[in-house]
Amino acid sequence: MAGNERRRLARTYKAALVKGLAVALSLTVEKLSKSFGARKVIRDLSFTINAPGSLGITGRNGSGKTTLMKILSQLVPPTGGRVAIRDGDAEVASADCFNYLKMISPEMALYEMLTGYENLKFLSTLAGVRLDRAKQDELLERVGLIGRGDDLVAAYSSGMKQRLKYAVALLAKPAILLLDEPTSNLDDAGKAVVREIIVRQKSEGMLIIATNEAEDLKQVEHVIRLDN
Amino acid sequence: MSSGWTTKALAVLAKDIRTELRTRYSLNALFMFAFTTLVVVSFSLGQLSLGVQVLSALYWIIIFFASMSALSGVFVKEEDAKTAQTLRLFARPSVIYAGKLIYNMLLLTILCVLLTPLYVVFMNVTVPDWPLFLVVTLLGIIGLSGATTIIGAIVAKANVRGALFAVLSFPVLLPLLVAAIGGTNAALVGAGWAGAENHVKLLVAYAVIMITSSTVLFDFVWNG
Repeated sequence: MAGNERRRLARTYKAALVKGLAVALSLTVEKLSKSFGARKVIRDLSFTINAPGSLGITGRNGSGKTTLMKILSQLVPPTGGRVAIRDGDAEVASADCFNYLKMISPEMALYEMLTGYENLKFLSTLAGVRLDRAKQDELLERVGLIGRGDDLVAAYSSGMKQRLKYAVALLAKPAILLLDEPTSNLDDAGKAVVREIIVRQKSEGMLIIATNEAEDLKQVEHVIRLDN
Repeated sequence: MSSGWTTKALAVLAKDIRTELRTRYSLNALFMFAFTTLVVVSFSLGQLSLGVQVLSALYWIIIFFASMSALSGVFVKEEDAKTAQTLRLFARPSVIYAGKLIYNMLLLTILCVLLTPLYVVFMNVTVPDWPLFLVVTLLGIIGLSGATTIIGAIVAKANVRGALFAVLSFPVLLPLLVAAIGGTNAALVGAGWAGAENHVKLLVAYAVIMITSSTVLFDFVWNG
């Protein structure tokens, strides 16, 4: 598929989301496996999820939840099998997947030597989203960081950094949102913000959560338990 | 190449400049190395005067080692701070590469702007052909930035970085250094454009090949 066509499809999907139209977007995992040396973390995993929809991934520590999330977001290549995103009849090329999905995880970091506003501005530019100061304030208010936008992220607590990541996820309005341990480091107010994002995302797009929190798993329609 | 692509690459550049101005990590390393080397060599020589060929080599040796001390930082600090993952989720590899390449070029340009007058004064150098000297320096900066940006991305992925950047860079940069030293030598002896023609051609070819191949290979390095 040509680059222009791919961009047109991504725009069509975003426009349809805004209008509340159902577009056939799906994520398919086929016979996925991942090994680290001789140790096989994921073997022969297959599933399909359609938008709008949600999926929870759970399992004990070391069962491969974060690894699976990284594979789904194209950050780590699988040892075997494949992940495919289909937009209508067309399969999205792996180089363009970042247009469709965003992941928020404890391992992802924002720029400590930039302020909250500067982080939002920089990442919104990369995401191709226009974000004026009023919209930035609106985002910061939603995640409970209003009044702290001019502070360097280095001065934020771990919970505040986590909240800023959710502001970043909100600005990008991804069709597919992956959340790894979404409520870790967050207080009750922070968890409420995340759950609001979860409710909105699973009705408007696709949501995949990796967690062992029972409360978070109650929010999703399907659950996969990884047990090697 | 769309205007959106350019805007994103410039956003990466602006972000790096802003963080650099707040931390001064690379600027301090570059200038301290270049300045101390120049002063130490100058004082060690005393009244002894060096030949033009040695002076040309010394100029590029200072630039080479100063760049080894700082230019890998553009990717190393992204990996160390775990912001590389964020960049991978938000932008195409070519956007990241372009932003980082321009940033490294800018750093080297600032280094050369500050180093050159000091070099002329401390080493008592007479430059009869300034335009040629500046063109050779500029082409050297472009080639050096092209090579060190992609090597910096490779090194950032390694567990043991240490001297790896210099070890990998040296053989790759050898043709560039030979041509840059030759070109600078031609400018210092006043050999004119005819005397530096081959060196200038090699510098142009090196920069074009290095930046083109790096643009193609960067996807594999960045996502590998």
